[in-house]
Amino acid sequence: MHTTPDTLFKTLADPTRRAIFERLTRDGEQTVRILTDRAGVSQPAVSKHLRILKQAGLVRDRHEGRQTHYSAQLGALAPLIDWTSQMAGFWQSRFDHLEDLLKRMDQ
Amino acid sequence: MNETSTETLSVIVEREIPYPPEKIWRALTQPHLIEEWLMKNDFKPVVGHRFDLRADWGAVDCQVLAVEPNKTLSYTWGAYGLESVVTWTLTPTGAGTLLRMEQSGFRPDQQQAYQGATGGWQRFVGGLERVVAGLE
Repeated sequence: MHTTPDTLFKTLADPTRRAIFERLTRDGEQTVRILTDRAGVSQPAVSKHLRILKQAGLVRDRHEGRQTHYSAQLGALAPLIDWTSQMAGFWQSRFDHLEDLLKRMDQ
Repeated sequence: MNETSTETLSVIVEREIPYPPEKIWRALTQPHLIEEWLMKNDFKPVVGHRFDLRADWGAVDCQVLAVEPNKTLSYTWGAYGLESVVTWTLTPTGAGTLLRMEQSGFRPDQQQAYQGATGGWQRFVGGLERVVAGLE
């Protein structure tokens, strides 16, 4: 699934949602019930967060009996990695320009 | 030095520069100097001030979040619908100044969210280091 950095940032900007995603990356696949026990918010709220994470491609669900299991999809973070490398290149060149300017300010 | 290989969701560039913080601060905060190394702008070092950075390829929408003369400067950085926060930190060293730029990507919908998010986001980024190292 292709997701823009904008969508990823928006999705991960919410602290509760980020915590859920972080837990899935750390602990592996989890059910909604286990996630709810640890999230400190209601089950409908957790389900809503999971739905948004799924729309962004950050989690995948798997149904087993009456339970739904969620797991993190780390490949969805790729656009963020692209974004950071582009910005890092941009800032490195700006630092070069800034140093040139500081030298000129001496004169 | 950039640390993108480990800091996935924030960009950090740090460099020791052989000039005192006061001089670098001028380059970071005076519009005609900012234009020389970054972009055309209508910057003012006033918290809450909204300004644009303009280049051939488009514009960046910014708002000043924090100003502590000669020490730290922080502003939002909105481009292509993506919100991030750029924070400059100046630390005097024996030979000059350690200049650090950190750009963190998240939506600072409000000041409170910005302050709350800083810690949380960095923790998150820290936790992702291992994970992303495994992706490549």
